[in-house]
Amino acid sequence: MIRVQQEDFDIGAELARLSDGDHSVGGIASFIGLVRDMTPDGAIGSMTLEHYPGMTEKQLAAIEAEAQRRWPLQASLIIHRYGRLAPGDRIVLVATASAHRQAALEACAFLIDWLKTKAPFWKMEDGTAGAHWVEAKTSDDAAAERWARPEAPGEKAPGKKQG
Amino acid sequence: MKLLYFAWIRSKIGIAEEEVAPPAEVTTVGTLLDWLASRGPNYAEALKARAVVKTAVNQEYVDPDHPVQLGDEVALFPPVTGG
Repeated sequence: MIRVQQEDFDIGAELARLSDGDHSVGGIASFIGLVRDMTPDGAIGSMTLEHYPGMTEKQLAAIEAEAQRRWPLQASLIIHRYGRLAPGDRIVLVATASAHRQAALEACAFLIDWLKTKAPFWKMEDGTAGAHWVEAKTSDDAAAERWARPEAPGEKAPGKKQG
Repeated sequence: MKLLYFAWIRSKIGIAEEEVAPPAEVTTVGTLLDWLASRGPNYAEALKARAVVKTAVNQEYVDPDHPVQLGDEVALFPPVTGG
Protein backbone atom coordinates (compact mmCIF):
# COMPACT_ATOMS: atom_id res chain seq x y z
CA MET A 1 0.00 0.00 0.00
CA ILE A 2 1.20 3.52 -0.66
CA ARG A 3 0.14 6.79 0.93
CA VAL A 4 1.21 10.36 0.19
CA GLN A 5 0.02 12.71 2.90
CA GLN A 6 0.67 15.92 4.77
CA GLU A 7 -0.11 14.56 8.24
CA ASP A 8 2.13 12.49 10.53
CA PHE A 9 1.70 8.73 10.91
CA ASP A 10 1.67 6.37 13.90
CA ILE A 11 4.57 3.95 13.47
CA GLY A 12 3.25 1.36 15.93
CA ALA A 13 -0.23 1.27 14.42
CA GLU A 14 1.08 1.10 10.87
CA LEU A 15 3.51 -1.75 11.59
CA ALA A 16 0.91 -3.69 13.57
CA ARG A 17 -1.55 -3.42 10.67
CA LEU A 18 0.98 -4.98 8.24
CA SER A 19 0.64 -8.43 9.79
CA ASP A 20 -2.85 -8.04 11.23
CA GLY A 21 -4.57 -11.44 10.99
CA ASP A 22 -1.85 -12.91 8.76
CA HIS A 23 -0.01 -15.58 10.71
CA SER A 24 2.24 -16.49 7.78
CA VAL A 25 4.24 -13.31 8.45
CA GLY A 26 7.46 -14.16 10.29
CA GLY A 27 9.04 -10.73 10.34
CA ILE A 28 8.55 -7.07 9.56
CA ALA A 29 11.37 -4.75 8.49
CA SER A 30 10.98 -0.98 8.56
CA PHE A 31 12.79 2.24 7.74
CA ILE A 32 11.74 5.60 9.13
CA GLY A 33 13.24 8.76 7.64
CA LEU A 34 13.41 11.90 9.79
CA VAL A 35 14.11 15.58 9.12
CA ARG A 36 17.70 16.22 10.17
CA ASP A 37 18.65 19.68 11.43
CA MET A 38 21.22 20.83 8.87
CA THR A 39 21.84 24.30 10.30
CA PRO A 40 25.41 24.52 11.67
CA ASP A 41 24.50 26.74 14.62
CA GLY A 42 21.60 24.58 15.74
CA ALA A 43 19.08 27.25 14.75
CA ILE A 44 15.71 25.73 13.99
CA GLY A 45 15.55 25.12 10.25
CA SER A 46 12.32 23.78 8.87
CA MET A 47 11.91 22.32 5.42
CA THR A 48 9.24 22.12 2.79
CA LEU A 49 8.74 18.97 0.73
CA GLU A 50 7.26 19.54 -2.70
CA HIS A 51 6.05 16.68 -4.89
CA TYR A 52 4.39 15.94 -8.21
CA PRO A 53 0.86 14.77 -7.37
CA GLY A 54 -0.13 11.94 -9.67
CA MET A 55 3.38 10.97 -10.74
CA THR A 56 4.42 10.46 -7.11
CA GLU A 57 1.69 7.88 -6.53
CA LYS A 58 2.42 6.24 -9.87
CA GLN A 59 6.16 5.93 -9.16
CA LEU A 60 5.69 4.68 -5.60
CA ALA A 61 3.19 2.07 -6.80
CA ALA A 62 5.64 0.93 -9.49
CA ILE A 63 8.50 0.68 -6.96
CA GLU A 64 6.30 -1.30 -4.58
CA ALA A 65 5.18 -3.63 -7.39
CA GLU A 66 8.84 -4.23 -8.29
CA ALA A 67 9.64 -5.18 -4.66
CA GLN A 68 6.66 -7.55 -4.61
CA ARG A 69 7.95 -9.10 -7.84
CA ARG A 70 11.48 -9.61 -6.51
CA TRP A 71 10.79 -10.80 -2.97
CA PRO A 72 8.10 -13.00 -1.41
CA LEU A 73 6.30 -10.31 0.60
CA GLN A 74 3.03 -10.76 2.47
CA ALA A 75 2.57 -7.01 2.71
CA SER A 76 4.39 -3.75 2.13
CA LEU A 77 3.77 -0.12 2.97
CA ILE A 78 5.20 3.20 1.83
CA ILE A 79 4.04 6.42 3.50
CA HIS A 80 5.67 9.65 2.34
CA ARG A 81 4.80 13.08 3.71
CA TYR A 82 4.91 16.45 1.95
CA GLY A 83 4.53 20.06 3.02
CA ARG A 84 6.28 21.90 5.84
CA LEU A 85 8.27 19.77 8.29
CA ALA A 86 10.48 20.60 11.28
CA PRO A 87 13.69 18.88 12.47
CA GLY A 88 12.84 15.57 14.11
CA ASP A 89 9.61 15.15 12.13
CA ARG A 90 9.02 11.85 10.36
CA ILE A 91 9.18 12.12 6.54
CA VAL A 92 8.87 8.58 5.29
CA LEU A 93 7.97 5.08 6.47
CA VAL A 94 8.85 2.00 4.46
CA ALA A 95 7.85 -1.39 5.87
CA THR A 96 7.82 -4.92 4.52
CA ALA A 97 6.36 -8.12 5.94
CA SER A 98 7.52 -11.58 4.90
CA ALA A 99 7.74 -15.13 6.17
CA HIS A 100 11.48 -14.70 6.61
CA ARG A 101 13.72 -11.85 7.70
CA GLN A 102 16.03 -11.80 4.69
CA ALA A 103 13.27 -11.01 2.20
CA ALA A 104 11.79 -8.38 4.51
CA LEU A 105 15.14 -6.66 5.20
CA GLU A 106 16.31 -6.70 1.58
CA ALA A 107 12.99 -5.51 0.17
CA CYS A 108 12.88 -2.69 2.73
CA ALA A 109 16.38 -1.50 1.74
CA PHE A 110 15.46 -1.75 -1.93
CA LEU A 111 12.29 0.30 -1.46
CA ILE A 112 13.97 3.22 0.32
CA ASP A 113 16.97 3.22 -2.05
CA TRP A 114 14.78 3.29 -5.15
CA LEU A 115 12.33 5.75 -3.64
CA LYS A 116 15.16 8.22 -3.01
CA THR A 117 16.15 8.32 -6.67
CA LYS A 118 12.79 7.82 -8.43
CA ALA A 119 9.95 9.30 -6.37
CA PRO A 120 9.39 12.94 -7.46
CA PHE A 121 9.89 14.80 -4.16
CA TRP A 122 12.10 17.86 -3.62
CA LYS A 123 13.32 19.30 -0.31
CA MET A 124 13.67 23.03 0.28
CA GLU A 125 15.47 23.94 3.50
CA ASP A 126 14.76 27.15 5.39
CA GLY A 127 18.02 27.95 7.13
CA THR A 128 19.34 31.08 8.79
CA ALA A 129 20.82 32.13 5.43
CA GLY A 130 17.47 31.82 3.64
CA ALA A 131 15.76 29.07 1.73
CA HIS A 132 17.58 26.76 -0.66
CA TRP A 133 16.77 23.61 -2.62
CA VAL A 134 18.59 20.50 -1.40
CA GLU A 135 20.94 19.00 -3.99
CA ALA A 136 20.67 15.35 -4.98
CA LYS A 137 23.51 13.12 -3.74
CA THR A 138 25.50 10.84 -6.00
CA SER A 139 25.73 8.40 -3.07
CA ASP A 140 21.95 7.96 -3.36
CA ASP A 141 22.34 7.03 -7.02
CA ALA A 142 25.04 4.52 -6.06
CA ALA A 143 22.79 3.03 -3.37
CA ALA A 144 19.96 2.58 -5.89
CA GLU A 145 22.34 1.24 -8.52
CA ARG A 146 23.21 -1.81 -6.45
CA TRP A 147 19.64 -3.02 -6.95
CA ALA A 148 19.79 -2.54 -10.73
CA ARG A 149 19.87 -6.28 -11.40
CA PRO A 150 16.88 -8.26 -10.15
CA GLU A 151 18.12 -10.84 -7.68
CA ALA A 152 14.99 -12.24 -6.12
CA PRO A 153 15.59 -15.60 -4.46
CA GLY A 154 15.23 -18.45 -6.92
CA GLU A 155 14.70 -16.13 -9.83
CA LYS A 156 17.02 -15.71 -12.78
CA ALA A 157 17.64 -12.17 -13.93
CA PRO A 158 15.56 -11.65 -17.09
CA GLY A 159 17.65 -10.69 -20.12
CA LYS A 160 18.59 -7.28 -18.82
CA LYS A 161 21.95 -5.76 -19.54
CA GLN A 162 24.51 -6.79 -16.98
CA GLY A 163 26.32 -3.99 -15.16
CA MET B 1 0.41 20.61 -24.26
CA LYS B 2 0.53 21.05 -20.50
CA LEU B 3 3.92 21.88 -18.97
CA LEU B 4 4.66 21.46 -15.26
CA TYR B 5 7.71 22.83 -13.45
CA PHE B 6 8.99 21.74 -10.04
CA ALA B 7 11.51 22.82 -7.38
CA TRP B 8 14.20 25.28 -8.58
CA ILE B 9 13.09 24.96 -12.20
CA ARG B 10 9.70 26.32 -11.11
CA SER B 11 11.37 29.08 -9.04
CA LYS B 12 13.55 30.17 -11.95
CA ILE B 13 10.83 30.12 -14.61
CA GLY B 14 8.47 31.83 -12.19
CA ILE B 15 5.34 29.74 -12.79
CA ALA B 16 4.29 26.21 -11.79
CA GLU B 17 2.47 25.25 -14.97
CA GLU B 18 1.30 26.52 -18.34
CA GLU B 19 -0.49 25.44 -21.48
CA VAL B 20 1.62 25.80 -24.64
CA ALA B 21 1.26 25.18 -28.38
CA PRO B 22 4.85 24.66 -29.57
CA PRO B 23 5.84 25.10 -33.25
CA ALA B 24 5.88 22.11 -35.60
CA GLU B 25 9.62 21.50 -35.23
CA VAL B 26 9.06 20.49 -31.60
CA THR B 27 8.66 16.73 -31.87
CA THR B 28 10.72 15.43 -28.94
CA VAL B 29 11.47 16.33 -25.33
CA GLY B 30 14.88 17.61 -26.48
CA THR B 31 13.48 19.96 -29.13
CA LEU B 32 10.81 21.08 -26.65
CA LEU B 33 13.55 22.11 -24.19
CA ASP B 34 15.42 23.94 -27.01
CA TRP B 35 12.26 25.88 -27.87
CA LEU B 36 11.46 26.62 -24.21
CA ALA B 37 14.98 27.95 -23.56
CA SER B 38 14.43 30.48 -26.38
CA ARG B 39 11.25 31.89 -24.82
CA GLY B 40 12.96 34.27 -22.41
CA PRO B 41 15.86 34.78 -19.99
CA ASN B 42 13.99 33.04 -17.15
CA TYR B 43 13.55 29.90 -19.27
CA ALA B 44 17.14 30.08 -20.53
CA GLU B 45 18.41 30.34 -16.95
CA ALA B 46 16.23 27.48 -15.67
CA LEU B 47 17.36 25.18 -18.51
CA LYS B 48 21.03 26.24 -18.55
CA ALA B 49 22.28 23.10 -16.82
CA ARG B 50 20.44 20.87 -19.27
CA ALA B 51 22.19 17.68 -18.09
CA VAL B 52 20.51 17.84 -14.67
CA VAL B 53 17.00 18.58 -15.94
CA LYS B 54 14.83 15.47 -15.57
CA THR B 55 11.79 15.05 -17.77
CA ALA B 56 8.57 13.08 -17.54
CA VAL B 57 5.90 12.69 -20.21
CA ASN B 58 2.48 11.71 -18.89
CA GLN B 59 4.09 11.00 -15.50
CA GLU B 60 6.73 8.54 -16.75
CA TYR B 61 10.47 9.31 -16.85
CA VAL B 62 11.69 9.78 -20.42
CA ASP B 63 14.91 10.59 -22.31
CA PRO B 64 15.38 13.68 -24.53
CA ASP B 65 14.63 11.71 -27.70
CA HIS B 66 11.17 10.73 -26.45
CA PRO B 67 8.38 12.10 -28.70
CA VAL B 68 5.96 14.78 -27.47
CA GLN B 69 2.61 15.77 -28.92
CA LEU B 70 -0.31 18.05 -28.21
CA GLY B 71 -2.29 16.75 -25.26
CA ASP B 72 0.80 15.45 -23.43
CA GLU B 73 1.58 16.43 -19.84
CA VAL B 74 5.30 17.22 -19.79
CA ALA B 75 7.09 17.85 -16.49
CA LEU B 76 10.54 19.39 -15.98
CA PHE B 77 12.31 19.01 -12.66
CA PRO B 78 15.73 18.66 -11.00
CA PRO B 79 17.02 15.33 -9.59
CA VAL B 80 14.69 14.19 -6.81
CA THR B 81 15.57 14.59 -3.12
CA GLY B 82 12.81 12.86 -1.17
CA GLY B 83 13.03 10.04 1.37
